Amino acid sequence: MNFDFSDEAKELGAQARKLLAERAGTGPARKAMAADAAAMDAPLWKEIAELGWTAARVPEAHGGLGLTVEEVAQLAEAAGGSLAHVPLIATLLATEALVLAGTEAQQAKYLPGIASGETIATVAWSEQGSNNPVNLKTVARGGALSGVKQPVADLAVATLVIVAAAGPDGPQLYIVDPANAGVAAVETVDLVRRHGRLTLDGVPAEALGTAGDYQDWLDRAAIILAYEAIGTAGAAMAMTVDYAKTRAAFGQKIGRYQAVKHKCADMYIKLELARAHALHGLAMIGMNGPELRQAAAAARCASLDALAFCAEENVQLHGGIGFTWESDCQFYYRRNRTAVAALGPRGWWADRLVRALEQRNRPAA
Amino acid sequence: MDFNDNATEAEYRAQVRAWLDENAADYREPAAESWKLPEFIARSKAWQAKKHAAGYTGITWPKMFGGQGLTPMHSIIYGQEESRFHVPQGLYSIGLGMCIPTVFTHGQPEVIQRYVPKALLGEEVWCQLFSEPAAGSDLAGIRTKAVRDGDEWVIDGQKVWTSFAHASDFGIVVTRTDPSQPKHKGLTMFIVNMKAPGVTVKGIKQMSGGSDFNEVFFDGVRVHDSHRLGAVGDGWKVALTTLMHERLAVGGKPRYAPGYETLMTLARGVEAPDGTPAIGASDVRQKIAQTYINDQGIKLTQMRALSALSKGQVPGPEQSISKVVVAKTMQDLASFALDLAGGDGFIAGADADPELAKLQGSYIGSAGLRIAGGTDEILRNIIAERVLGLPGDMRPDKDTPFNQSVAV
Repeated sequence: MNFDFSDEAKELGAQARKLLAERAGTGPARKAMAADAAAMDAPLWKEIAELGWTAARVPEAHGGLGLTVEEVAQLAEAAGGSLAHVPLIATLLATEALVLAGTEAQQAKYLPGIASGETIATVAWSEQGSNNPVNLKTVARGGALSGVKQPVADLAVATLVIVAAAGPDGPQLYIVDPANAGVAAVETVDLVRRHGRLTLDGVPAEALGTAGDYQDWLDRAAIILAYEAIGTAGAAMAMTVDYAKTRAAFGQKIGRYQAVKHKCADMYIKLELARAHALHGLAMIGMNGPELRQAAAAARCASLDALAFCAEENVQLHGGIGFTWESDCQFYYRRNRTAVAALGPRGWWADRLVRALEQRNRPAA
Repeated sequence: MDFNDNATEAEYRAQVRAWLDENAADYREPAAESWKLPEFIARSKAWQAKKHAAGYTGITWPKMFGGQGLTPMHSIIYGQEESRFHVPQGLYSIGLGMCIPTVFTHGQPEVIQRYVPKALLGEEVWCQLFSEPAAGSDLAGIRTKAVRDGDEWVIDGQKVWTSFAHASDFGIVVTRTDPSQPKHKGLTMFIVNMKAPGVTVKGIKQMSGGSDFNEVFFDGVRVHDSHRLGAVGDGWKVALTTLMHERLAVGGKPRYAPGYETLMTLARGVEAPDGTPAIGASDVRQKIAQTYINDQGIKLTQMRALSALSKGQVPGPEQSISKVVVAKTMQDLASFALDLAGGDGFIAGADADPELAKLQGSYIGSAGLRIAGGTDEILRNIIAERVLGLPGDMRPDKDTPFNQSVAV
């Protein structure tokens, strides 16, 4: 039995955590929060590209390193833990779509730019009035897309957008050049990661794979985002535990009180459940296993549970100071909403999980 | 990643499987009705002797103590294969899982020689005498005393929640030998003969109606000093050895406990308040998802540990979340499912639907599981303190001589 990351993936994760501990974190996130701050940390992005993180998943034939989703997961967790102000998660999600569903020609056209870091890519599925990734009003007709997608992460810096839209056989992915569309900033609860509105009015688009590929991409995106959420939740837990070890009240460290320490234990429990399901998802991708859909949905739900709990209780256990603008609690608390917006709410994914279980446990007719 | 055995593991599994196919054939199906105690003991003894002869007992124990000297993976593989049969289980789990490893770690050579082989063979059954009416989670608060008298010790006091005391030949007992010391000091552990004069075992009827454990009274029970485990006053350290083994033994979801599949089946046949099948109701689907996330999450967490063991590494601390998740999930699922079933879920006995009766059993059993082998609260303390490094609870009596502690 080998139910663990490969040594290579762990090594890349350690490298990523080390660099981002130096170059990102709550300090730089606070600077990024300023209204006049840049839409991303360009010097850090350049360094990330030079280290090959954006090339990790790109096949060697297209200028990449040809690594696995395990490496992507390690990068996502490191990015999530450090709040790094770079469009790494957006680019990883778009890359996964191209690797999974792109034709040879599409991969040759788009992946080298991603590998080198020149192309910043993102995925747009969310729309006004929508709370699930398969109920889309944006439509594809005659090779062109019409509709409004928002909020789209890192849209302002993206030069390539993968758009989810209603196609002939159901929702699927399309490739769009944002230069042909309307791009505007939208404010969100997350004051660090920038989001935008993409207005498509008969914008030329290439189909990227099939409706089935879109469903498969949702599984993979859910797992990558689960690792981002696990990273962020882990950072919020670490912040809480540090505080509980140093803050004193009633003559002792607050971490001695069971009301405090039991919440910390629950943070750990939720995080480990999320890790278990997310790793199951990676294993299913690697083995081409039949339980990918349920594993991905469970990873999505469990990671959202962990992040919501860690982010909320981090503020709570800090008390009044945790509610101030100066406290770093707000970064994780706000990022919890980003995580939900990134791929739809827990309720939808829980339902997807049960549908997958029904498929696999269909009673004999 | 993969979920396959490596070559050594596969070979061992094949060997175990072949042996079980030949030797456990009588236990392919569950017993038609549950065994009465004498039959359970007789069957347990016969099965243990058979396993012993074939080299499937003490799999991880050192060879010098009669074990096989193999790895935890070997033991786990044997357990996985054996669990496909309905062999008698449980009589030896405390003795061989916790007591005897304590005996061979802390006992004197002649005592090891006398007790370990017979325990492994299954001839003698062991129990663990730790908890007391005033010492459960706070185990170091025990009051059963042992007083030295020449080469012997005289034990007086009471233990409680002692599983299988009524079927046991011997036990390991923690006693207070020096009440003028703070509570964790002044404890000493002994091997005690459960048939000795002065030992009285009284069954406790549980909320479930069953009687798996007991009260045990000691009234002037004499134990020779050679039966002491560890040094005088080192009883707490010795007890920790035993408890370390207990934490490994108590973990995953019990075999009998219903899971998310039970709720799915039930919800297909029951109506939601709006008259449609309950399987389509959002709260039902959320509960199915949550049960899967918790139960499957623990199974997968255990696979992470197995994966480490298989590579010869020490598993991470994530295993510590198992029981606290499993027991509460079991209770929540049973409660939700019985709620969904309405009045039918309340009808018991001969008129009950068998599936609903299982859920009722799970509802009642889970209340005990949340306490046994470390309460939810103690397990959260352990995660917070040992895994996350938070400071220990305030213990005002920690350094006070036991006989001066205000709470005593």
